[in-house]
Amino acid sequence: MPISRLRHRLWAALAGAGLLVSGCANPGVGSDRDDPTAPVTLTFWHGWSTPGEVKALNDSVARFEKRHRNITVKVVPNVTDETMNQALRAGGSDAPDVVSSFTTNNVGQYCSSGMWADLDPFLKKTGVDKKRVFPKTLLDYTSYRGRQCALPLLADSYGLYYNKDAFKKAGITRPPHTMSELKRDAVKLTERTEDGTYRRVGFMPDFRLYQNSPDRMFAQWGPRYFDAHGKARLAEDPASKQFFATARALVDAQGGYGALEKFRTTFGDEMSSQNAFLTQKLAMHMDGEWRGLMLKDAKAPFHWDTAPMPVPDDRADTYGRGYLTGTVLGIAHSSRHQNAAWELVRYLTTNTDQVVRFANAIHNVPSTKAALKSPKLDADPTFRTFLDIAQNAHSVALPPSTNGGQYVTALQDFSYAVEAGKVPDLAKGLRGLDAQIDADNLQSEN
Amino acid sequence: MATTTPAPALRRKRTRARLRTLGFLSPWLIGFSVFFGYPLIATVYFSFMHYNQIRPPAFVGLRNWRYVLTQMPLFGPALWNTLWLVVVMVALRVVFGLGIGMLVTKIKSGAGFFRTAFYVPYLAPPVAATVAFVFLLNPGTGPVNEILGAVGIPAPSWFNDPDWAKPSLVMLSLWGIGDLMVIFMASLLDVPKEQYEAAELDGAGAWGKFRYVTWPSITPIVMFAVVTGVVQTMQYYTQALVAGKLASGVSIGPGTVIQPGYPDHATLTVPQLVYSLGFQNFNTGAACVLSLVLFALAMAVTTLLMRKRAGLLAAED
Repeated sequence: MPISRLRHRLWAALAGAGLLVSGCANPGVGSDRDDPTAPVTLTFWHGWSTPGEVKALNDSVARFEKRHRNITVKVVPNVTDETMNQALRAGGSDAPDVVSSFTTNNVGQYCSSGMWADLDPFLKKTGVDKKRVFPKTLLDYTSYRGRQCALPLLADSYGLYYNKDAFKKAGITRPPHTMSELKRDAVKLTERTEDGTYRRVGFMPDFRLYQNSPDRMFAQWGPRYFDAHGKARLAEDPASKQFFATARALVDAQGGYGALEKFRTTFGDEMSSQNAFLTQKLAMHMDGEWRGLMLKDAKAPFHWDTAPMPVPDDRADTYGRGYLTGTVLGIAHSSRHQNAAWELVRYLTTNTDQVVRFANAIHNVPSTKAALKSPKLDADPTFRTFLDIAQNAHSVALPPSTNGGQYVTALQDFSYAVEAGKVPDLAKGLRGLDAQIDADNLQSEN
Repeated sequence: MATTTPAPALRRKRTRARLRTLGFLSPWLIGFSVFFGYPLIATVYFSFMHYNQIRPPAFVGLRNWRYVLTQMPLFGPALWNTLWLVVVMVALRVVFGLGIGMLVTKIKSGAGFFRTAFYVPYLAPPVAATVAFVFLLNPGTGPVNEILGAVGIPAPSWFNDPDWAKPSLVMLSLWGIGDLMVIFMASLLDVPKEQYEAAELDGAGAWGKFRYVTWPSITPIVMFAVVTGVVQTMQYYTQALVAGKLASGVSIGPGTVIQPGYPDHATLTVPQLVYSLGFQNFNTGAACVLSLVLFALAMAVTTLLMRKRAGLLAAED
């Protein structure tokens, strides 16, 4: 075969291969031209998995279907963000119309990639003024660079659970308000057995423990992760060094990282009856508002109460603040029934009666201004603590980022090394972390 | 006078022969093209693209390569762990598999029981086996450390200790040695007995018989075990991921994304990083770069092992 012919065939084969691989990379496109009054079946993916939560959501959907006789909703529970992310990218006829996520970390990614549809046009055409309906913090964590691709479906706030019996025995009269009080009380509450191993730890700050991820604890310092240009600024924020110093001091005061980590390996699963707070291996513990319902269901064999997490000593006036996050709801970009999907999203997120009933059923913080003031809300004071945290002006949520929660994962990874004493130069380490976050962000942008 | 076939008839005959050959080859050709050729071309293509699996790919030159090779701190530990496992795990598995194979071929009574007992762990699903090992080796509540403590032996933290996490994975792989034991046992039983008798007559001892009779006979099988072991270990994923996640004790809920590799990146392998980049962060370009690095490494190691006269594993001339 002549060389020129061979060369032509080679180029043709390469061009064909290029077309083939790029052709496979085109995502499916949805539609917002459907008639929301026409009969339709929507698929709704969510992450709730316990029987009580699934029932509460199914009841909510049943109420919706009663109001919208033309819409049938196929509900799929226990879907992780990972599964949803992959499914929406893969497309296909079984992809969901309405999607939810248990974390706000990925909202930036959902909005910037276009994977979740922009909800502003739907809000506008149905006359919903989002600023009047939702608290600002919640609107902030459901949008990215002006694109409102999600709405809050209940919220979560984090506070302190404490064992009142242990407090009484140790002679402590109220929960700690500052970090130095937390350290003092934690030491008093720590008990050991005859052989020197722990019977109970006062407050375990280990970042891998249950809900203790560093970003949630860091919220007590009200950090700013990014500057106006979107560059990471943890190294220049004095709060970063204070936060890690406090965490290390808490670890050292209670026996050191190795001993605490070994004790942690004796803990049972967070969502089981072997939860370490429930089995009284922990006297104080940071957790979300939903834990109260679980403690009641499990008939905790001790008296317990809730309070806001302590704040740094030099910011005592911010006591009452906490970390905020929540479930978010959106419409898949590939949905061909986006107007009908919006009806479901609108009902679940903005209907006051529905939001209150769902919040009471699963012990979550309601996500609309009207629902937060509703007299029908659960009056239990241990739950009310979290409503107050959610409405505190100093409470913070994580800022959304174009690559989702990757910067949070980078912070977690760095924090694990710090608490293990493997970062000798914290300032240098924080500069490296900033550089890493910036490189990751740049890599995820076009 | 010799007759010649007319040219068109000859061409038709040759074409028919070519089509027949292609027909016989087609199952392999299709499989190779669909499951190897196309993915390889696509991987090279996407390694130069920014592609988040939603928007159309955009050409970014060498940016993905620069990111992986110079800006991703986890690349170094992942590569080191993968190579560590390739060297240590593969070598120990071959030695252990051969040792167990020799043992069970020597056993006279109860051979069937012992062969089954050594083979059965291999049938355990990898996730279940890993969960069991993490439970048994839990430093706080595991029975292994309780027994070690009772007899006064200092107990390590196994999967919770960066220095012990990889050796613990090696222990897990040695427990499931049944696959190698079976092929070594078959190859050992295949060595002609007359050769051992001749070696004995020449005064060879146990080592001499192994060195000059057994080893030359089973070299191709050892070669097979090493090469497949290297390729499998380059793809080591499930056990390392499950062990790391379970031992970390981090709650994994619907909204949780955690970095694999607990503790201290000790169980992070390149395939885990590929998955994390490609299907958690949707950084397809960087994931493709990592895949190509892994592919090049696997090719290099395999070529090195398979070249003629490669030390002990050289094929006999």
